[in-house]
Amino acid sequence: MNVLVASGLTDFLHDAVEPQVQADAIGLGAVFALMAVGIGLVFGVLRLINFAYGQLIMAGGFALAYASERGWPVVAGIALCVAVVVVLSLAMERVVFRPLRGQSPASMLVATFAVAFLLQSIALIWFGPLGKNAASLVELNQPMSIGSVEVRKIAVVSLVTAAVALALLLLLLNRTSIGLHMRAAALDFPTARLVGVRANAVSAVAVVLAGLLAAIVAVLLTVQFPTVTPTFALNETIIVLAGVVVGGMNRLLPATLGGFAIGYVSGILGGALPTNQSQYLSTFLFLLVIVVLLLRPEGLFTRGGHAVERV
Amino acid sequence: MTLPRSLVQLAGPVTLVVAAALVGATVSRSTEIYFINALVMVSIVVALYVFVGNSGVLSFGHISFVAVGAWAAGVLSVPEAEKPAFMPYLFGFLRDTTVGNVPSLVLAGVAGGVFALLVGLPLMRLSGLAAGIATFAVLEITHNVLRYYEKVGPGLNTFSSVPETTDLQQAALGALVVVAVAFAYQRSRFGRQLRAAREDPAAARAVGVSIYRQRLAAFALSGFLAGLAGGLYVHFLPLQIDGVYLDLTFITLAMLVIGGATSLWGAVVGALAVSALDSVLANAETGIEVLGRSFDVPAGTRLVVVSALMALVLIVRPSGLTGGKELTFDSLRRLRARAPSAPKEATE
Repeated sequence: MNVLVASGLTDFLHDAVEPQVQADAIGLGAVFALMAVGIGLVFGVLRLINFAYGQLIMAGGFALAYASERGWPVVAGIALCVAVVVVLSLAMERVVFRPLRGQSPASMLVATFAVAFLLQSIALIWFGPLGKNAASLVELNQPMSIGSVEVRKIAVVSLVTAAVALALLLLLLNRTSIGLHMRAAALDFPTARLVGVRANAVSAVAVVLAGLLAAIVAVLLTVQFPTVTPTFALNETIIVLAGVVVGGMNRLLPATLGGFAIGYVSGILGGALPTNQSQYLSTFLFLLVIVVLLLRPEGLFTRGGHAVERV
Repeated sequence: MTLPRSLVQLAGPVTLVVAAALVGATVSRSTEIYFINALVMVSIVVALYVFVGNSGVLSFGHISFVAVGAWAAGVLSVPEAEKPAFMPYLFGFLRDTTVGNVPSLVLAGVAGGVFALLVGLPLMRLSGLAAGIATFAVLEITHNVLRYYEKVGPGLNTFSSVPETTDLQQAALGALVVVAVAFAYQRSRFGRQLRAAREDPAAARAVGVSIYRQRLAAFALSGFLAGLAGGLYVHFLPLQIDGVYLDLTFITLAMLVIGGATSLWGAVVGALAVSALDSVLANAETGIEVLGRSFDVPAGTRLVVVSALMALVLIVRPSGLTGGKELTFDSLRRLRARAPSAPKEATE
């Protein structure tokens, strides 16, 4: 028995260090990190966990599918995707988030749960359960060789895109006055308002930035999963939400690291679990989530402080 | 509080359940289905309420206890001869055991309760968002395991040939049992301690309430009730694993929130109101005639309406239709006082 377990573990580790598996895992981690930033930005300002974030990505996916079915150039498709997602984000902020401001995180989470199902069922009526095909960028799925190692192009593209997007975001947060306002609002919203931070502007900017990130994620995800269905990105969102809470909700950096870590781990599990166990990927992943939450309820990547009962 | 007064709080939910059952008994067989479904939903939502309502901690994981209960009752009550047809890989003792209707329901409750207790032992130490995400993780794990582990159930297959013993009478009795247990619990000292901790954790701790223990007890009890409800569910319709996953989690949470999460009355009102709306819309999806004109709404409209309604309730009336309060003599009297001409001064 022990020998079996040991040899299983050796096989797992052997597969886990394969460059292709590592590259895919890092690529997935990068995509999940972008989603984590999108969720974390909105949480920082509004104290609201946006469960409907995945449905923004889904809407972007359908926009890409619309463009690709009509043979639009790739750039036009991406522009449509960005437009749809940003408009939808702003509408969500205005109609749902703003009236909910100041309520308990739990009831806001339930409200965004409702919005998620609303958007998903609208998509179901509109596009049907089989979904549409967004195939304009699939050639990025092809492998390319770096030195002697073969990795899929999308892994590299994901990593580079995520790095650039995060760098731009950091510049915005640290070098502009609206960025300063957002950081102030994330630290202490009531006090920030007292010293002249405009609440509506800050929350609109946070939501638009999160929407832009959702549009980027939609583009990256449709490369790997070109069939866009009403449940597109739903599982990914659940996993990233877990990752964000595991990493630490209260700061953007731990939340991002949490998103990256859970993407990386699920990429490794997906690539290295033996085939007869790979169907239990989400069991392994969420067991890990529970264990980490129990050990570090305030967040894996946060320092000091302790959990405060907010709900 | 005198006993008769507190009994009004029980009488409200009980009357609603009995009324639903009586109306259900007068309609055609095809419409009766909707009433049975509504009563099963009452059981699930009240089970959810026992934990969420009394503790104030959100749980996305209760449908896993419903699923475990459904699996236990389903696997154990399919006739032995028919098990290999859709559950060929069962453990020996599950393959060779078949129990009757009532024992299967009790076992469903026990399975749900034991599972909830085991899960709660570590998880009830968490609070807030960490607790919410951890219960979500439980749902994901349970769904994943039941979906692929074919030694304990049908996996991806549908639970066919489970005796359909949940008729209108059994669904109503089940809902009444769940409501009565929930009522007894919230009137007990354990329930009161937990509700005190919900209102003010620091003050409750100061007077010696162990929040962890009270939450754990409520979690296990509501797991038991959810398991029982799952047993009722699997005896009502041929269930499949995706029937006890995100959609059911969402719809039952919506029912609880729309009704008013902090009262038993709210849980029952929410479950019945949303079920009624859902049934009307389900009928409308297959075409409905109103005043001689036929309407036909596209399939999927139900979820659109229910989720929009849920978001609306959370924005406009965050404490739900009932305001999260129990039904009392006073509220009845106030309602009557308001009814004739509704003068604003008369209602305080």
